[in-house]
Amino acid sequence: MCLAIPTQIIELLDNQMAITSLSGVKKEISLALLMDEVKIGDYVIVHAGYALNRLDEEDAKKTLEYFAELLNEENYNEIH
Amino acid sequence: MKYIDEFRNSQVAKKLIENIQRKINPERKYNLMEFCGGHTHAIHRYGINQILPANIKLIHGPGCPVCVLPIPRIDQAIWLANQPDVILCSYADMLRVPGDKQDSLLKAKARGAQIQIVYSVLDALEIAKNQPDKMIIFFAIGFETTTPPTAHAILEAEKMGLNNFKVFCNHVLTPVAMAAILDDNEVKIDGFIGPSHVSIIVGSDAYREVAQKYQKPVVIAGFEPLDVLQSIEYLIDLINKNKSDIINQYTRAVNPEGNLKAQEIIARVLEKRQQFSWRGLGQIAKSGLKIRHEYASFDAEVQYNLPEFQSDDVKSCECPQILRGIKEPKDCKLFGKACTPENPMGACMVSSEGACAAAFQYSLISR
Ligand code: SF4
Repeated sequence: MCLAIPTQIIELLDNQMAITSLSGVKKEISLALLMDEVKIGDYVIVHAGYALNRLDEEDAKKTLEYFAELLNEENYNEIH
Repeated sequence: MKYIDEFRNSQVAKKLIENIQRKINPERKYNLMEFCGGHTHAIHRYGINQILPANIKLIHGPGCPVCVLPIPRIDQAIWLANQPDVILCSYADMLRVPGDKQDSLLKAKARGAQIQIVYSVLDALEIAKNQPDKMIIFFAIGFETTTPPTAHAILEAEKMGLNNFKVFCNHVLTPVAMAAILDDNEVKIDGFIGPSHVSIIVGSDAYREVAQKYQKPVVIAGFEPLDVLQSIEYLIDLINKNKSDIINQYTRAVNPEGNLKAQEIIARVLEKRQQFSWRGLGQIAKSGLKIRHEYASFDAEVQYNLPEFQSDDVKSCECPQILRGIKEPKDCKLFGKACTPENPMGACMVSSEGACAAAFQYSLISR
């Protein structure tokens, strides 16, 4: 019941609604709780039919860069 | 970026596990509680508990709203579903949860009560719009993630003038429950893996009391396996340094103050109850929400003279101790015998996100 996964907005509708797609499954959701404006292509966390927030790409990239560095470190250790 | 596969890379996972192994002090135990049932699910699904060093113990917390709802509230939901012209709308997980004498919404439905499974409260609004001659009651349960949708739906119903839409409100609060667990002197928790989506709404600052008053570190973690592993590494660092800070690992979704708009909508429609009872934990002051007086016309508890039901947790159920990390499911003499997922006797066995159910499901070999 608490599982909510990132889904992509593919269409904006009237009345603060939008259509999202997750692996091809389309769903109509509400944007009424969002603080930020969202546009088509953005990813949101959807829970029980409502987007709770927009995922921040910059912050996600920072986390992933850290992971990439971890892997580089490993290569380094293996070479030396 | 799809925000999923990138956070499941097995090479990175290996590296994070090595980091954790290198950092742990073999002389001590690390008792980490993941409060949220979503993390319990991820930890079992990816076998994270199997690959961690033996002195890191993951304790499954009460963060499964289905599990912690007390039996009398289920009985009241069944009672509401049995009222004339009512359609009770519920999230699917609630249907099998046993009330008094093993009755359930599912059984009530089989007996003819009109019960409709909905994915969202918006579906309940839609039904209310389409069936004006029926009374639509939404069985609202959950933590801070499902609360703003409920509150928003009440505002929408008001806007649309939907007089046949009511809410049976059972929403509960995460940080208050964390504090209640820590109030027990016996408790054995060194730090928390903080909830992902609850924290989107409440913000990472909401755990200040837990961190400061109770001196426990909290790391807000995403739901993907790399998120969980990185958060465990952070927690080990904090525990080793004896620091009770809050770290936000899930920066792509959570900020310090949370979703202010959602908080405002909740505050407009709902307010704290003096007391709310939790299955397995008992009464906790100011831990639940009810509908404000201004919106009483949407409150099923006010509109229907709800009878009080009496039903206690099974005496020998060890959930209260398990939820505090003092005991494990296998310490309960009912575990796997009288108490199974098909026939749950206590809160922790009710939903697959509960500690006993997860232990039962994933430990078939060792049983
Ligand atoms: S096995 Fe059942 S009775 Fe025992 S602690 Fe778990 S939920 Fe309670």
